[in-house]
Amino acid sequence: MSGAPLLPFLSACLRRQLLLAFRRPLEIANPLLFFLLVVMLFPLGIGPDPRQLAEFAPGILWIVALLATLLAAESLFRVDFEDGTLEQLLLTPQPLYLSCLSYVLAHWLLTGLPLTLVAPLFAVMLQLPPPALPALMLSLLLGTAVLSLVGSIGAALTVGLKRGGLLISLLIIPFYVPVLIFGSGAVQFAALGNSAQPQLLVLGGMLSLAIALAPFAIAAGLRISVDAG
Amino acid sequence: MWSFFHKLGSPPWLYAISGKILQWLLPVTLLLLAVGAVWGLLYAPADFRQGNSYRIIFVHVPASVVALAGYYVMATAGAISLIWKMKMADVAMRSCAPIGAALTFLALLSGAVWGKPTWGTWWIWDARVTSMLVLFFLYVGVISLYEAFDNEVAAARACAVLSLVGTVNIPIIYKSVDWWYSLHQPASIKFTEESSMHSDMLAPLLLMIVAFYCLFICSLLLYMRGEILRREGTTHWVRKLLLDAGDAHAV
Repeated sequence: MSGAPLLPFLSACLRRQLLLAFRRPLEIANPLLFFLLVVMLFPLGIGPDPRQLAEFAPGILWIVALLATLLAAESLFRVDFEDGTLEQLLLTPQPLYLSCLSYVLAHWLLTGLPLTLVAPLFAVMLQLPPPALPALMLSLLLGTAVLSLVGSIGAALTVGLKRGGLLISLLIIPFYVPVLIFGSGAVQFAALGNSAQPQLLVLGGMLSLAIALAPFAIAAGLRISVDAG
Repeated sequence: MWSFFHKLGSPPWLYAISGKILQWLLPVTLLLLAVGAVWGLLYAPADFRQGNSYRIIFVHVPASVVALAGYYVMATAGAISLIWKMKMADVAMRSCAPIGAALTFLALLSGAVWGKPTWGTWWIWDARVTSMLVLFFLYVGVISLYEAFDNEVAAARACAVLSLVGTVNIPIIYKSVDWWYSLHQPASIKFTEESSMHSDMLAPLLLMIVAFYCLFICSLLLYMRGEILRREGTTHWVRKLLLDAGDAHAV
């Protein structure tokens, strides 16, 4: 293994991703707008009763965050796949693990992190009790990172396909089940006045496992897609 | 040992040997199914609380057990195909998915039919029901991903990666759904656990589980044979096979 040192390589990859994203600021806002739109739909669908909304708020917020992450993941590799950047990346001597991690990290910085930061706003709109806000933010902070990692596996496998959009949901949503259970569980526990620590610890465990393993699956997926394309 | 492993990768050899295996496995499977079904449905004693409706267990439990095992067969085949690039492992993986999906569907359907008389409703978000539903989507995901690729080699590799990711995830999904269920649902529904079953009920159940495993192997081999013929359709040995079959038919 030779070539450029690893840390500068990772930061260069990350810088490139973020730079490209910041050239299109509206696309960064899209997941947040989606989040707000769907949050608006729920009171319209289930009624404006504050008590009912408060009861459903943890689940609603988590499901919407999950869908927003999934939608953003779908296009994660698309442009780089189409213009050949991905092929170049596969040919570099640096480990693919790191470049995959840089994609995921950029994806999380542009979707998961902003979602976490604005979530309290939407939580207040849905009448979530204020004591649950720290648990909501912490669970989203850890959970969206897992969602980004797992979602990127689906994105890598489907990037070469014409009709990837619905397929990635079918592939990935089953794997989102544990994150949803523990994420919304943490918020529900906190809303009832209990400590959300157990759920947050489990989410942290899932994140460690995902960081360790997911980039390998992403790398394998990218190799398959580029070979087939 | 290794020569056997290499032979496994050869389509004509696998086609021939699977034919020989099926010759005796198919009758055995049918016999086991018939004996198990008649024993379970007619001769096993009725449950004192559920009456005769409990007899769905003789379809429901074997289907669920084998559906879950099928995923691991698929993932193992996927790993073999990724590591050794063995075409026949692709075929096995490809063939496992629809069979597993069908068994999972059967388990869900028979569970719903059983739920109506026992629980009073077709569907309950019970931990095991939910896990089976997730398993169904995992199977459907593999099938759809396979169909979405035009390139068969890439399709097989992508599905292998997906099923391996699923293998890591299945225990996590199961544990978290268990945890979710114990948190959300009152433990009001209790039905007979397998371990507390009387041996008169347990014996036909075990027989049916063995029968379903055999059925799975038979379907897998049949499906694989079809898939081999489809893939190798242009090769010499398949043409010869078909011509011979045509001659035999004509005679």
